[in-house]
Amino acid sequence: MGTWTPTAAGLVPAGLTQSAARGGIGESVRRPDGALKVTGAFAYSSDLWHRDMLWGRILRSPHAHARILAVDVSAALALPGVHAVLTHDDLPAAQKTYGLELADTPVLADGVVRHHGEPVALVAADHPETARRAAELIRVDYRELPVVTDEASATAPGAVVLHPDRDDRHAYRAPHPNVLHRQPIVRGDVAAAARRADVVVTGDYEFGMQDQAFLGPESGLAVPAADGGVDLYVATQWLHSDLRQIAPVLGLPEEKVRMTLAGVGGAFGGREDLSMQIHACLLALRTGRPVKIVYSREESFLGHAHRHPARLHYEHGATRDGRLTHVRCRIVLDGGAYASSTAAVVGNAASLGIGPYRVEDVEIEAIGLYTNNPPCGAMRGFGAVQACFAYEAQMDRLAAGLGMDPVELRRINAMRQGDLMPTGQRVDSPAPVAELLRRVRDMPLPPPLDTEDPDIRDLPGGLANTSHGEGIVRGIGYAVGIKNVGFSEGFDDYSTARVRLEVVDGEPVAMVHTAMAEVGQGGVTVHAQIARTELGVEQVTVHPADTQVGSAGSTSASRQTYMTGGAVKNTCGAVRERVFAAGRRRFGGDRPAWGGAGLRLDGGKVVTADGEVLATLAEVLEGEEPIDLELEFRHRPTEPFDPVTGQGFGHVQYSFAAHRAVVDVDVELGLVKVVELACAQDVGRALNPLSVVGQIQGGTVQGLGIALMEEIRVDPATARVLNPSFTDYLVPTVLDAPAVPVDLLELADPHAPYGLRGVGEAPTLSSTPAVLAAVRQATGKALTRVPVRPEHIVD
Amino acid sequence: MMRVGFTVNGVRRTADGVWEGESLLYVLRERMGLPGSKNACEQGECGSCTVRLDGVPVCACLIAAGQAQDREVRTVEGLAEGGEPASVQRAFLDAGAVQCGFCTPGLLVAADELLERDTAPSDADIREALSGNLCRCTGYEKIMDAVRLAAARRREAV
Ligand code: FES
Ligand code: FES
Repeated sequence: MGTWTPTAAGLVPAGLTQSAARGGIGESVRRPDGALKVTGAFAYSSDLWHRDMLWGRILRSPHAHARILAVDVSAALALPGVHAVLTHDDLPAAQKTYGLELADTPVLADGVVRHHGEPVALVAADHPETARRAAELIRVDYRELPVVTDEASATAPGAVVLHPDRDDRHAYRAPHPNVLHRQPIVRGDVAAAARRADVVVTGDYEFGMQDQAFLGPESGLAVPAADGGVDLYVATQWLHSDLRQIAPVLGLPEEKVRMTLAGVGGAFGGREDLSMQIHACLLALRTGRPVKIVYSREESFLGHAHRHPARLHYEHGATRDGRLTHVRCRIVLDGGAYASSTAAVVGNAASLGIGPYRVEDVEIEAIGLYTNNPPCGAMRGFGAVQACFAYEAQMDRLAAGLGMDPVELRRINAMRQGDLMPTGQRVDSPAPVAELLRRVRDMPLPPPLDTEDPDIRDLPGGLANTSHGEGIVRGIGYAVGIKNVGFSEGFDDYSTARVRLEVVDGEPVAMVHTAMAEVGQGGVTVHAQIARTELGVEQVTVHPADTQVGSAGSTSASRQTYMTGGAVKNTCGAVRERVFAAGRRRFGGDRPAWGGAGLRLDGGKVVTADGEVLATLAEVLEGEEPIDLELEFRHRPTEPFDPVTGQGFGHVQYSFAAHRAVVDVDVELGLVKVVELACAQDVGRALNPLSVVGQIQGGTVQGLGIALMEEIRVDPATARVLNPSFTDYLVPTVLDAPAVPVDLLELADPHAPYGLRGVGEAPTLSSTPAVLAAVRQATGKALTRVPVRPEHIVD
Repeated sequence: MMRVGFTVNGVRRTADGVWEGESLLYVLRERMGLPGSKNACEQGECGSCTVRLDGVPVCACLIAAGQAQDREVRTVEGLAEGGEPASVQRAFLDAGAVQCGFCTPGLLVAADELLERDTAPSDADIREALSGNLCRCTGYEKIMDAVRLAAARRREAV
């Protein structure tokens, strides 16, 4: 795999950086998988093929809550080409449930289904169409049960309880068995502080259910092995977490389930929970044949956990001079039928619930519900997104109440390094909240709309030809947000990296091996850059990710560059020490400089602190065994939030981004065109600036999606999903996407490798409220719900 | 069951035992060993399966395999020229337009077709030409950069 650089100077658009020859950190090195991806040769999980392969298919429940009275698979089994049909009764091990945090999810429904789309039975057949027909021939008799769909119905007297026999670690403090988790955070004396307020604003907000809508469908291939185990090739975010959940329900030891990462077509949190992994393995082990499963788009919408929809109530108070006196809030997150990562999302929503502001007196409560709605779990921004939408709307409301400029109000209250979070945690690295707002405000504004002779493609409605410039009003809005990086609340969040250094044909060559899931973010690029920088070698290969090396943790929580990147750096450091030790053994007797401090590896040579070359790597390692080390890396420990007060050092690192949105609104038709979404973000250190900017732009547009168009609609009467397709669930297209100029700030976090800050999520937070603020400015409407629909603007 | 035959990237190919309901996308991916065209929705809404049928960009998931009988199909695997990546492919890499890459094959085929008929497309032209292709990772900014870059390089080359 080669990398290509632009051939002629002057042809690279502004903002692109040239790749330098060395390819270490700080350079916009090209992706090592890029050449395969542009030629169509990159093997995604849905591209896998095996001789004698069968196709797996999952039969899903059409009901959101029902008892299963009987299942008859005989007609399906009789269909020619069908090799197996499995139900709950066929599960091979005592363990029949799985889950990311709590093992509450049945592999196949056990007498009852709790959400629309829950897996009921499996088929393996010789053609996907045969498998589909066979699934249709399975007869399931359901008796429908009443559904609970929101806080009121889930906690009403006599409400059906989804999981009556809970004994999970959150159960003892849940106010109701349909409340999965509750996290209060209390600091100061809110009642007293509220009496000091000159202005108090309250608001109720609603956040719709967003889907990750990664493009590569859930898919993979399970191949039965001669030792009774199985080899699984799959697209996921965390191989070792999958393994821990898969092996027990197969009745196999973990060594017999060997996992390799297949090509991943995006993730955004939607691949944190298992999808088809166990099902493909069960069918492969039952039939003795390789089994491939590929979800259709409809199945993808029904088959993975979404972003939690939320209802949020806020009260903000301030003195006349704009200083916040207090914040009260209550955040209700709908977790749907199974736990997924709801408890952690609750912890995040609560602890980040008031945003990047200094407030002494705070009362926060966040709860996560069990309902019969689709399960919700991880999506980029993880609980902080919903809160940011609401607290930033509140800041604008407060500014209006005070007659103050909204950016000025934010500046006055902006958190700084050394300030306390509502959890009592001191923010002990740069927190440039005011600076980011200043930067984003100072970026040049896009030109005003050409109302004389506009290109209608630039107008709200575009080629639908709804306006030629009349009735269009421009609005500008600002927002800023705070996101944690890494796993929180005391979780042992480590990453492992194996690094091998050897001399091949006289050239030093390094290999980096981790289990990190490359989902598109560019971790593979950065790992090679880190190895080049730390080992001073140019030739670095990245080994495919698998479970033959220790866990790399999850590709989520903006953590992989920090954590697995940190692990690569850490292991490279140990490899380097081995090189120096070998050099001392060989040459140290003659050259006392080998004993000195500050030796470096640079350009394939061992160099002293003064730049004197002691030996080439080839000279040091010639005839030696390759240096091959595998080490774990940990961030500093965190602690759980107190169950009553929510106090605790809960988060590893914080990241901050600010947006300015410029929108044009057709106020007669309620159509919105986002003209520009400018972002300023502190990334600590940009290891690969091109990738960093790409992450920020992608996250920004996902935030635009929930602001204006994306929502999984669930029928409140039946809890059925109404729009499981790209026809009815609208993902932003290139026509909806604005220009996204990005201003990177690099203030080092002293606790993190290279001072870097996790990048991926923060831009997804402030994008949404900035768009809303701009639309409110253009329309004068309160707009307390996302996504905003035309009828909310023109009502 | 039937036999279908057509030209793919300049080579005559046939497939036997094709079921009438199979799409061109399925036959390319599962029967001809050409999985470069992608399957993000199989309902004509994402453009990840975009190929050219007698030169015209189409969603291969919406074309029945039989409809391609004796016609010319060009896929992402046929973009490279003489083993060298085409300029539009290089531009996608240089501009950082590839993240997960699942949208990339369809976008490349669509962008290649645009640049073939328009050497100096405006931003609005590029957006219009790519409006049927979803990308969930990039926010499209770097895809716009890539197409602008490819157009500039093409103009430079002539
Ligand atoms: S797969 Fe053909 S349009 Fe989506
Ligand atoms: S790069 Fe992932 S969908 Fe476009």
